Amino acid sequence: MKPFEFLEHTADVKFRAFGLTPEEMLGNAALAMFNAMIDTSKVREERVWEVDLSGPDLEQLAYSWLSELVYLFDVEVAVFSRFEVHLVQSESEWKLHARIFGEEIDGRRHAFECQVKAVTLHQFEVSHNDHWTMQTILDV
Amino acid sequence: MLNKVNDYIFEVPIDFRQGMRVPGRIFISQDLLNMVESGTIDQVANVATLPGIAKYSMAMPDAHLGYGFPIGGVAAFREEDGVISPGGVGFDINCGVRLLRSELLARDVFPEVPLLVESLFKDIPSGLGSKSRLHVSDQELTEAFLAGAGWAVEQGYGVQADLEHCEENGCLAGADPSQVSDKARKRGRPQFGTLGSGNHFLEIQRVEKIYDPDVARQFGLFEGQITVMIHCGSRGAGHQICTDHLQVLSQAVRKYGIDLPDRQLACAPLGTPEANRYFGAMAAAANYAWANRQIISHWTREVFSKYFGEVRMDLVYDVAHNVAKIEEHDVDGSRKKLYVHRKGATRAFGPSREEVPLAYRSVGQPVLIPGSMGTPSYVLCGQDRALDLTFGSACHGSGRIMSRTQAKKTFQGKQVKANLLKKGIRVMAAEPAILAEEAPEVYKPSREVVDVVHNLGIATKVAQLVPLGVSKG
Repeated sequence: MKPFEFLEHTADVKFRAFGLTPEEMLGNAALAMFNAMIDTSKVREERVWEVDLSGPDLEQLAYSWLSELVYLFDVEVAVFSRFEVHLVQSESEWKLHARIFGEEIDGRRHAFECQVKAVTLHQFEVSHNDHWTMQTILDV
Repeated sequence: MLNKVNDYIFEVPIDFRQGMRVPGRIFISQDLLNMVESGTIDQVANVATLPGIAKYSMAMPDAHLGYGFPIGGVAAFREEDGVISPGGVGFDINCGVRLLRSELLARDVFPEVPLLVESLFKDIPSGLGSKSRLHVSDQELTEAFLAGAGWAVEQGYGVQADLEHCEENGCLAGADPSQVSDKARKRGRPQFGTLGSGNHFLEIQRVEKIYDPDVARQFGLFEGQITVMIHCGSRGAGHQICTDHLQVLSQAVRKYGIDLPDRQLACAPLGTPEANRYFGAMAAAANYAWANRQIISHWTREVFSKYFGEVRMDLVYDVAHNVAKIEEHDVDGSRKKLYVHRKGATRAFGPSREEVPLAYRSVGQPVLIPGSMGTPSYVLCGQDRALDLTFGSACHGSGRIMSRTQAKKTFQGKQVKANLLKKGIRVMAAEPAILAEEAPEVYKPSREVVDVVHNLGIATKVAQLVPLGVSKG
């Protein structure tokens, strides 16, 4: 199973991310989002950031997760390349704890192809059959 | 199937999809319509399903696929039974364009363009992760959220006349900084006074052609003149405000029982707490953007004065092309208060509207249409005809036709830069790869888009501006 795929979209970036578990799907979605901006294989794992989030369902949690990463990218002026996601599901909500690996942006080493401004809810979907899939469009 | 109303108006019939409350109208030529993806027409139809929509769900001739609303979308909602939707404004709240006119002649400036572009690129931070020269406190940020460009002028960035030549005088009423999250403040503070990335730019231009000498005189434009165009918005502050409120309004949709064809159209009925909070936060972001463009204008003037001494650079006008505003319009014979959403569309008020600055009241407001890097920009003049047709709106640019992925496969940033230099256009970019995405060929020809608006009589052509030097994020 490939981790993610980009789909054609005129003005913005559309992708699908996959996983055998929702955790893997969320990690791959984050990887897809940063790969839209930069070759993440060139990003060093120099620092770790931690994120805690919750949401009433997996779909809203997935939106919050990607939006939180855009926020961190912007305020930390950092770029990330590996994501360890842990989920806990209770009756009323989903909780996420993640460790995010990356480094601060270094203009001399990091070449960006675009900048993600935000995650849209347009055609935003999380689905599950024999594996998990999520799809979204990023505003760049 | 679309119904052709006339050469420039195509109607999306009310039975195009289930739930449409009004028909859609696309203001476009047949040639340009052929370049519009079917998804864009679906988006026009989706907007038509929103409660309280007046007249038509509209799209301008630069329409292309967006998220929620199409880019180039215009929709107005009645105060009594309508909604407000962040999907109709976009993430970059009050992304807009302003034009400064100088007294300088292109032939005198031309030799200095390489150095000028370099100075502008250095003095006005652009690109990803760039740090502003400004260090505002949280209190100052609050004041900017409230007062917009007026705050910047008060701090010494510009003059009073700038405010008189700015849509809404550079300040949207009703801003409520208490609805701006800490996250939005954290993103907004360090980016205040930066250009951003993507399609944002600062461009040195030459007035190439005057179409309407009388109006051009009114706007202070003449052939061979140097102008500067600034295109940017509310940076991370606006992006975060939209993200935050989109999540709140997604919940509100369930609470108020609104059936949506697309979740990005999340909205709340006007007058509800959720709608009021979003409007207050959106207005704060709009004001941030106006202050941002004001600060950048001041630094632009400083750079020019380094090279040319005390040179006057007056503001021609400043337009917002991603915004929702309260305006009065005639609907079915009566005057109505409407929330007009313009997403990638420019207000184009004619002489009858009192919102038009006094200096332009006899002709109509300047409508600023940026081209892409290699193609001309246009100054048009808003006409009263637009009030009948489009709630006083026109296009905002040329409109993308090639995806970013395809652009990157087709062009290389370095090559794009070299090709532009051959045409006499000097470009400096923080991220050279982004140049490939913004190659002139990825956009529709700006001339064709502007001709539709002109021929419809929404806004008429005044001047054509060609780029000499561009600083890009």
